[in-house]
Amino acid sequence: MRVLVLAKEGAQTDAAAPPRPEAMAEYQKFNEELVKAGVVLGAGRLSPSSQGKRVRFEGKKRTVIDGPWAETKELVAGYWLWQVRSLDEALEWLKRAPYDGGTFEVREISQHEGA
Amino acid sequence: MAGPSRSVRSPSTRARDEAFAIDTATAEAHRAIEAIWRIESARLIAGLTRTVGDIGTAEELAQDALVAALEQWPTSGVPERPGAWLMGTAKHRATDLTRRRKTLERKYEELGRDTERDQQVEDLDASIDEDVGDDLLGLIFMACHPVLSKDARVALTLRVLGGLTTEEIARGFLVPVSSIAQRIVRAKRTLDEAHVRFEVPRGAERVARLGSVLEVIYLIFNEGYSATAGTDWVRPALCEEALRLGRILAELVPTEPEVHGLVALMEIHASRLGARVGPSGEPILLLDQDRALWDHLLIRRGLAALERAERLGGAMGPYALQAAIAACHARAATAAETDWPRIVALYDAVAQLAPSPVVELNRAVAVGMAFGPAAGLDLVDALVAEPSLRAYHLLPAVRGDLLRKLGRSAEARSEFERAASLTENVVERKLLERRAAECAAEGMAG
Repeated sequence: MRVLVLAKEGAQTDAAAPPRPEAMAEYQKFNEELVKAGVVLGAGRLSPSSQGKRVRFEGKKRTVIDGPWAETKELVAGYWLWQVRSLDEALEWLKRAPYDGGTFEVREISQHEGA
Repeated sequence: MAGPSRSVRSPSTRARDEAFAIDTATAEAHRAIEAIWRIESARLIAGLTRTVGDIGTAEELAQDALVAALEQWPTSGVPERPGAWLMGTAKHRATDLTRRRKTLERKYEELGRDTERDQQVEDLDASIDEDVGDDLLGLIFMACHPVLSKDARVALTLRVLGGLTTEEIARGFLVPVSSIAQRIVRAKRTLDEAHVRFEVPRGAERVARLGSVLEVIYLIFNEGYSATAGTDWVRPALCEEALRLGRILAELVPTEPEVHGLVALMEIHASRLGARVGPSGEPILLLDQDRALWDHLLIRRGLAALERAERLGGAMGPYALQAAIAACHARAATAAETDWPRIVALYDAVAQLAPSPVVELNRAVAVGMAFGPAAGLDLVDALVAEPSLRAYHLLPAVRGDLLRKLGRSAEARSEFERAASLTENVVERKLLERRAAECAAEGMAG
């Protein structure tokens, strides 16, 4: 199955301090392990919500809303697309990630044709 | 089960609930352990095989560690580094085993028997922590050793590298569990009797042995891919398993172009999984597929893998060539935009590399698309006398297609009927019978 892992790391500021080199190295090591296990299909980091836009739909009306947005805990800072054999396998991998804060959400992609 | 009142709870109800809570925790732990096993088992068995020398013993040791985890983790909790825990536990048992074997061998020695194993069992601790990648590779080469039959290689690979149970493998291949169990037991024995060593071959031997590995992975993929029947949910899992093994191998031996060629081929073929079966389970042929249903993520990955194979100088490898043909279809936004002349050229290359009547038939189809049905038919007609294609249903099917395009409906009809009588696949037979019926209708109209 294919799952999307959403990294909700909490407050994100425009002038976010770059991650410590050790943290980066740890993350890279973890990501490499995932790639070597044939798990990673794709991954990306998102720019801060202050640079993001939202489009709200109300009937025929479309309203564009500029970031940043208030609900910092729900803001997605990055994502992974994984190929795993079960949700449990995804959870086991995720638990090994070298993070010390934030919430990570795992969602199965129920249909992925024509993505 | 919802009781009439939740506020009045007898002690026995509470006890039952508590027992249930423990059961839930145990069930959760078991699910976690199963997932961890899937992640760790190949590395575990690989490291142990290098140490003890044979897959059978290594698998037993790994299973012992799994049993220990199932006993301990539900109460102790999953350790922080579960892989290291499993390896440590298995290592202990290995040490015990070696000690016992050494004692046994000393006794044999007294009887004048040889003690080959002595060298293998030294320095257990040091050897087990070495490069995991090389271990995995060693296990792949061993499980796919040419001394084993194709069936044995496939079963053993899925078992020790895929972490699949015997039951899962049996379900995937639609054979009895006992057959798979037997295949695996016999495979281990054969490896043992042939004194197959745990090693990563180098040079020319590596290229030859790699061919055997790629063949196994592609067999697994095709077993899943050719099963288009609707009710089968297990078999797409075989495609995913093969893709996973291919992706892992591509990371282990990144400089081998054919590995990337095979991965490219599988990624591109897998991209069509959602488009090649209709709502009632009927197969939809490549040119009739709704290309919006193709998985473009897999296509992108496939094209990237193909590029990697070509950059490594492997454009003319058998898998890379097949991937290049698949890529021609993947790149075309509509069937009409397919670059058929290029596909003909690629089939020319395939035919030079590994000439076969089936390749000639595929080439004839491409020629028919690129240069008109008459040109294609000439090539197919030349194959009619080919003995190896006498019972091959796709020969009359292709011939029928070309004849139909040339307006020769009556001949086309009898070809489709012949093709239908030759295929063993029920769904495919229906499709061919429908074509025959369409030709009959066209014949009347004309």
